[in-house]
Amino acid sequence: MDSKRPLLLQSPRTTNDQEFPTIPVFPELPKSKSSSSNTVTFSGVEYGQQVDHKTSSNSSTSSSKSAMSIHSMSSSKRNNSLNHSGSKKPVTVRYGSKGGGDSDGLTMSQRELRDEDARLVYINDPEKTNESFEFFGNSIRTAKYSILTFIPRNLFEQFRRVAYVYFLIIAILNQLPQLAVFGRYVSILPLAFVLFVTGVKDAFEDWRRHNSDKVENNRLASVLINDGSFVEKKWKDIRVGEIVKIKTNETIPCDIVLLSTSDPTGVAYVQTINLDGESNLKTRYAKQETGSKVQPRYTGLIKCEKPNRNIYGFMANMEIDGKKLSLGSTNIVLRGCELKNTSWALGVAVYCGRDTKAMLNSSGAPTKRSRLETRMNYEIIMLSSFLVALCTITSVCAAVWLKRHKDELNLLPYYRKLDFSKPKVDDYKYYGWGLEIFFTFLMSVIVYQVMIPIALYISIELVRVGQAYFMIEDHRLYDEATDSKFQCRALNINEDLGQIKYVFSDKTGTLTENKMEFQCASIWGVDYSSTKANIDGEQGEYSVQVDGKVLKPKMKVKVNPELLKLARSAVENEEGKRIYDFFLALATCNTIVPLVVDTPDSDVKLLDYQGESPDEQALAYAAAAYGFMLIERTSGHIVIDIHGKRLKFNVLGLHEFDSDRKRMSVILGYPDSSVKLFVKGADTTMFNVIDKSYNMDLIKSTETHLHSYSSLGLRTLVIGMKELNTSEFEEWHAAYEAASTAVFGRAALLKKISNNVESNVCILGASAIEDKLQQGVPEAIESLRAAGIKVWVLTGDKQETAISIGFSSKLLTRNMTQVIINSNNRVSCRKNLKDALERSRKLMSTFGVGNNDGAVANQIALIIDGGSLVHILDSEHEEELFQLASLCSVVLCCRVAPLQKAGIVSLVKNRTSDMTLAIGDGANDVSMIQMADVGVGISGQEGRQAVMSSDFAMGQFRFLVPLLLIHGHWNYQRLGYMILYNFYRNAVLVLVLFWYVLYTAFTLTTAINEWSSTLYSIIYSALPTIIVGILDKDLGRSTLLKFPQLYSAGQRDEAYNKKLFLLTMADTLWQSMVIFWPPLFAYWKSTIDVASIGDLWTIATVILVNLHLAMDVVRWYWVTHAVIWGSIVATFISVMIIDAIPQLPGYWAFFHVSSSGLFWALLLGIVIAALLPRLVVKFIYEYYFPSDIQISREAEKIKQYQRVAENGQIEMLPISDQQQHR
Amino acid sequence: MDLDGGSSSTISTGARAIPGRPVRHGALYQFTQQNLPACKPVLTPAAVISTFLLMGFIFIPVGLVTLRASYSVVEIVDRYDIECVPEEYRSNKVAYVKDDSVSKNCSRFLKVPKSMRAPIFIYYQLDNYYQNHRRYVKSRTDRQLLHGLGYNDTSSCRPLESSDDLPIVPCGLIAWSLFNDTYKFSRGPSELKVNRKDIAWKSDRNHKFGKHVYPFNFQNGTLTGGAKLDPTIPLSDQEDLIVWMRTAALPTFRKLYGRIEEDLEADDVIVVNLKNNYNTYSFGGKKKIVLSTSSWLGGKNDFLGIANLFVGSFSILISIIFLVLHLKSPRPYGDTAYASWNKKSISS
Repeated sequence: MDSKRPLLLQSPRTTNDQEFPTIPVFPELPKSKSSSSNTVTFSGVEYGQQVDHKTSSNSSTSSSKSAMSIHSMSSSKRNNSLNHSGSKKPVTVRYGSKGGGDSDGLTMSQRELRDEDARLVYINDPEKTNESFEFFGNSIRTAKYSILTFIPRNLFEQFRRVAYVYFLIIAILNQLPQLAVFGRYVSILPLAFVLFVTGVKDAFEDWRRHNSDKVENNRLASVLINDGSFVEKKWKDIRVGEIVKIKTNETIPCDIVLLSTSDPTGVAYVQTINLDGESNLKTRYAKQETGSKVQPRYTGLIKCEKPNRNIYGFMANMEIDGKKLSLGSTNIVLRGCELKNTSWALGVAVYCGRDTKAMLNSSGAPTKRSRLETRMNYEIIMLSSFLVALCTITSVCAAVWLKRHKDELNLLPYYRKLDFSKPKVDDYKYYGWGLEIFFTFLMSVIVYQVMIPIALYISIELVRVGQAYFMIEDHRLYDEATDSKFQCRALNINEDLGQIKYVFSDKTGTLTENKMEFQCASIWGVDYSSTKANIDGEQGEYSVQVDGKVLKPKMKVKVNPELLKLARSAVENEEGKRIYDFFLALATCNTIVPLVVDTPDSDVKLLDYQGESPDEQALAYAAAAYGFMLIERTSGHIVIDIHGKRLKFNVLGLHEFDSDRKRMSVILGYPDSSVKLFVKGADTTMFNVIDKSYNMDLIKSTETHLHSYSSLGLRTLVIGMKELNTSEFEEWHAAYEAASTAVFGRAALLKKISNNVESNVCILGASAIEDKLQQGVPEAIESLRAAGIKVWVLTGDKQETAISIGFSSKLLTRNMTQVIINSNNRVSCRKNLKDALERSRKLMSTFGVGNNDGAVANQIALIIDGGSLVHILDSEHEEELFQLASLCSVVLCCRVAPLQKAGIVSLVKNRTSDMTLAIGDGANDVSMIQMADVGVGISGQEGRQAVMSSDFAMGQFRFLVPLLLIHGHWNYQRLGYMILYNFYRNAVLVLVLFWYVLYTAFTLTTAINEWSSTLYSIIYSALPTIIVGILDKDLGRSTLLKFPQLYSAGQRDEAYNKKLFLLTMADTLWQSMVIFWPPLFAYWKSTIDVASIGDLWTIATVILVNLHLAMDVVRWYWVTHAVIWGSIVATFISVMIIDAIPQLPGYWAFFHVSSSGLFWALLLGIVIAALLPRLVVKFIYEYYFPSDIQISREAEKIKQYQRVAENGQIEMLPISDQQQHR
Repeated sequence: MDLDGGSSSTISTGARAIPGRPVRHGALYQFTQQNLPACKPVLTPAAVISTFLLMGFIFIPVGLVTLRASYSVVEIVDRYDIECVPEEYRSNKVAYVKDDSVSKNCSRFLKVPKSMRAPIFIYYQLDNYYQNHRRYVKSRTDRQLLHGLGYNDTSSCRPLESSDDLPIVPCGLIAWSLFNDTYKFSRGPSELKVNRKDIAWKSDRNHKFGKHVYPFNFQNGTLTGGAKLDPTIPLSDQEDLIVWMRTAALPTFRKLYGRIEEDLEADDVIVVNLKNNYNTYSFGGKKKIVLSTSSWLGGKNDFLGIANLFVGSFSILISIIFLVLHLKSPRPYGDTAYASWNKKSISS
C-alpha cells in the first residue's frame, strides 16, 4: 500500500507563486484540452504579463519583498481552502479573474532561480550557515528605542508632525536677542511640555515592550547539538541552521522547516492563533525523505527565499542525500504558532528573530486622516494668512511710526536710540529702518503665534482617545457570543464615523453568521429537503463506540428522517448506492482534520472537525449525522466509520480548491483497491465537467433543485464522482508524482493535471447549506437606510442567493424596481448598462424625486454581477455605472472578486466627496476595507485578516447602528465643535494682543504677561474643551436610535463648515473688541499700569472663553461644572501667584486693581456685552431656524415621543436599548 | 433643568434581567456608557426673553449709578506745557527746556468749579508718551531695585546700565526719564499743604524697592533724562520714582503727585507754582496738571455709565422684539413634525 503512495501525498499548498512553468515539463499534456475544459483558468502567459504592468500592487510585490503589502499576503491566503463561494477568491485576481494573479507568480518564479536572492541554510550546521553571512539571531526587539537612542529617535518621531516644527521655529525665533519678546525660557516651555509628556508616554510603552521582549527572548527550546542530544537553549540563542525540537503545546521559537514529526507520515498540526487569529488547526508536513530518517543525523542544504512578510507563502528547495526536493508553505511552521495534537516535531530554523514572518508582519494598521482634519487644514491656512496679515499690519504701522518719529528717536525718553555710555556715541539696538521692520514682523509672529492653535492638535488626540475609550467600553458594541469588545485600531478617524454616506458590506460572515448549517440535499435527482422534517426538530445525533468509548460529532445537524433511513439501509439498490457515494464524498472530499476532544464524561468523546472552510465543516458534520463519520485523517489515509463499520481509504491524491476551478477533488483508494475520484464544487464549473451523455433528466432535476435552493438563500455545492480504471490512474499518478516534485511551476502543473482528471464526472447530487442571517441585520439595515446611508452589498454568492438574502435582510423590498445587469461579454454589458441608466433616469424623472433617504415609494435596486463588472470597471463605463448607482437606493453586487470590491469602493470614493465605509470579515474583504475611508472588520469566523487591516473591529454587523448613529454622531459633533471653539479661543487672545499693540507705538508690548499668555492654552482654557469634547452629548442615545435621520447632520457637514467658521470668526472679532476697548476707555487718562490692565484682560478673556463654552454645553455633568468653573478659579489663582512674585514688574497688580469697583464692573460688563450677540444669534437660529438636532433636543426634553408615534409619521424602528441587550 | 436619567434607568433594568454578566451598574458603568446624570438646559423663549429683560433691569440702574458717581467727581485739568514757556521761546521749546540758565518757574491759576471734598488728588498727566513702548518697558531690572548692588546683571538696562564700571542704581530708561516737574499750591495768601507720602503702592514700597538701596550714582551721565534723586534716601522711600516705575498702560496717563487734605470751596482760586523742567517738547507730548476728587469708581469717567445704559436698553429692546415675535409666530416646542425629514415627506 505504501509503495503505491506517491512521494508527495499532499498537494503542495504553494499558492499562485508558480503558476506558469518556464520549462514545459509535461509536453504530453495537451494544451488544447486543458484550455477547453475550463474557459476561465488559462488565458495565456502573454495576458498575464500585460496585466502585470497594469497592476501596481502586484508589480510592487515582486519588485521588493520587504515592501510586500498586506494585499499580497492576503492574496494567497484563501487558495487552499475549499469553498465554492466566490467570496473566497484570491485577491490577486484583478477585477474579474483574468489571471492577474498569475503574472505575479511568473515574476516570482523567475526571480527564485537566482542564487543571490536565496538564503542558504545548511541543516544542523549553523557555523557553515552563518559563515559567509551572519543571519540575525533569534533575539527579537519590538522595542523602538534603547537608552542611548531614545532621545534623538523619539524627538525625530515627534517632530514629524508639522505643528511641532512650527512650535520649534517659534521657540528658536524667540532665542534671537533682537526678538526676545517673551522670556527665552518661557517660550520653550509649551513645546518642552508637550515633548516631555509624549516622550514619557513613549518611554513607558517602550519599557513594557522591552520587558516583553526579555521574557520572549529568554524562553527555552530544545536544540540539537553535535553529539546528537538535545539541550535547552534560550530562544535568543537559536541560530539559523540549528535543529529545534518542539513538543505538544509549545510555541515555535522561529520559522522552521519541518524535518520529521511524531507522526510517521510527517504530519504536524499547528494552531496559528497568535499569527493570524484563526483558531482551527492547520496541517503542516515534513518531507518524506527527512521524516523517515533515523534521527538525529541530518545533513543537507535548504535554499529558500529571502525573508518576506507573506505568511501564506514559502518557497524553497532542499537538497538532501543528493535529492532535490521542493518546499512550500505547508512545510514551514512560523514563529508564534503552537504545536497541537502532535507529540513532537523536529525542524530546522530558517528564519530567526526579526527575519521571521511574524516579526515582519508586526506593523500596525495604515494611518488614515480624518476628513474633518483635512477640512480643518483649509481653515488653518485661512488663520495662517490672517496671522500674516496681522503681522504685516503691525510691521507696516511700525514702519510708518518710525519714519514719522525719525528725528526724535535719538533722545525720545522711551526710545533713546543713542547710547552715550561708551566713549563712542553709537546707535543702541537699532539696526536701520529696514531691519527694524523685519524684526518687528518676526516679533509679531512670535507674539501672535497662538493664532495657529497648536494645543488643538494635542487636544484632538486626547479627545479621540477618550472617545475611543467610550466606544470600546460601550456594552452595545460588546459581542457576548465571542466575548469581544469593540476595537479601535485607528485612533485618528473617530469622527469620520459620523459622516458616512455609503456602507459597503460583505455578505458572508458580515450580514450572515457564517455558521454553515447543512439544510438539504438533492441526491440522484431526488430532493431531500429537511424543511418537512424540521417540524419534528429532530436532531441527528450519531455516535459510535470505539474502544468502549462513545464518539460523537461536536455539532448536531438536523436530519431528514427519510434520508437517514435510506442512508442506513443496505447498499443494494441503485438509490442506496448513490446515497452511499454521496455521503462518502461529503465525508472524504475535504481537508477536514478530526480532533478528539474530551468531555467531562470520560466515556464520551467529541469529534471536532477542524477545517479552514465552514462549508466543509458543515458537510462533514452532516455526513457524520447520516452515519458517515470521519474519524481519522493522516496525509496518507482516511478512516471513516460507516454505520459502525470502520473503513480505511487511501488518499492517493488531493486537488485542492482554487478559485478558477471552483472545485476540489480527492482520489481515494478503496480497501478493495478500486480507485475513485470525488469532486465537489460550484455549479457553474461542475456542470462543465459532468458527463452530460449519462443522464440528462438527472442533470435537469438537479439543476432545478439547485435553483430552488439558491432562491431560498442557500449555498449550494454539486458533488460528482468518477471511477478511475487502472490506465487512467497510472497516467494520472505518473503525472501527479512528477508535478509534485517539480521545482518550478508546480501549481500550474497540478492545476493542469486536476483539470485533466476532473472530467466526465458522473453527478451524484447537490448539497445546500444555510448561511444564517446575523441577529438584528434587517433592523440595522433599515436604520442605516433611514439615516440616509446607502448600503451596498458586495458578495461572492450567486445572484439568486444574493437577491434572496437581500430580501430577508430587508435590503430589497417588494416595491423596488430591480435593475439587473448580468452579461458575459463587453458589448452586451455596455448595452445593458446604457439601457438601465436610461430606464432609471426615466423612472426617477417621472416621480420627480431624486433622493432616496425618505419614504419615497419608488426606489431602484441595482443588481450587478462580477462578470459584468469586469467589463465596466476600469473602463470609460465606470462613470455610467456610477451615475446609475447613484440613482439607485440599493446596489447589490454578486459574484465579485475581492479586488473588484475595492474597485467598487474606489468607484464611489473617487467620484464623490461622500464618506465610504466598508465592512467585512474575511481576507477577501481586506482590499475593500483598506480602500474605504473607514474600514470596519468583523471579528468572526473567517480569521482575523479583515480585523488586522481594519480601522475599527467589532463582533456583529448590527453594531454598525450604534457605532455610526450614536458614537459617530457624537464624535463628529463633539470634534467639529471643538475645532471651531479652539480656533475662536486662540483668535480672541491674539486679537486682544493685537488691539493693544495699536496703542504701544506698534512695538509688540503685551499687557497680558508672558506667563499668562503661555498658560492660557495650557491651564486657563485647555481642560474644559477637552472634557466637553469627550463627554458632551448633543442628543441622547435613544433619540438618536429613534430618529436615524438625525445622522444626516454629519453627512451635511452641519457641525463644521465654512459658514460656521466665518460666523465664529466674526463673533471672535466682536468679543475681542468688547474685551479690549471698554477697559481702554474706562482707564484712559488714569493711573492704570500695564500689569493691572493686563490682568483685567487676562481674566476677562478666560472667563469669556469659558462662558462661551458653557453656553454651548448641552449636558452638564458634574465633571463639566468642575472643569469649567475650576478653570476660571485656576486662572484667578495663577494670576494671583504670578502677581505675588516681586521680581516681576507687575508685582501685586492684581490685588491692587481688583480692590476697585471699576474692575468688577468692567468684568461683568465685558462678559455680558461680549456674549450678547452670540446669545441673540443662537436663539434666533434655534428658535426660528431650528435644526433637526435642536428640535429633537427639545423633544427629548419634554418627551413628546408618544404624540409623534400617534401621528404615525415616523416609522418606529424596532431597535431599542432593550432589544440590543439580548 | 431636569436630570438626564431616562435612558439610564431603562438600562439598569435591562441589565438586571440578565444574570451572570459583567457588572452593569454603578457609577463607573454609568460613566463608561456615558449615562452620567446630566442637566441639560435648553434655550426656551421664556428663559431667553426673561434673561434679556433681567439684564436690562440690571444694567440700566448700574449705568445710572456709575454715571452719577462719575458726575460727582470734580476734576480740574490744566494744560501748562505751552503756557509755561516764555513767549520768546515758543518757537523753540526744546532749547528752552534744555537751557539750565533759564528759570523754569511758572504760575497757573485754577478756579474751583464746585466744592471739592478732601482728599483731593493731584495728578500730572502726560499725553502721547509711550511708557508702554517695548524698548522702554524692558529697560529696567526689578532685582536691582530690590537688592541694589547685590544684583549685578543689569544688561537689560542698556543703554543706561553702568557708569564708571558700577551699575547705575536704579538703572534703565524708565528710571532715567523720571518726571521732574514740581508743583506748589496756594489758596489766596496761604500755602496749601500737599501730602506727598503714600502716593505709591504700599506693596511696591515694602517688597519691590529696597530699603537699603541708595541711588548713589543716579543721573551722572552725559545726558540727563529727568529728575535726580537724593542719594541719602533709600529707594523704598523715593515714592515719585516708585510711581513713575509703574509704567502706564496707555499712551495718555496720569501719575499721582500728592494729595491736598483740605476741602476746596467753589470759586476758590488755586495758584500753582510749578517748575517746568520735564522735556516733552522734543516729541510733542502734552503736560497737564489735574486736581480731582474720587468716587468708588475712581476718577471722572462717563464711559462705563453710558455703556451700561446702552447694553441695558439694548437688552430690553431685544427682549421686547423676541416677545413680539414669539407671540406672533410661536413655534411648537420640540415637535419633531417640524424636523426636516418630516417636512420633506409632507411636501412630496
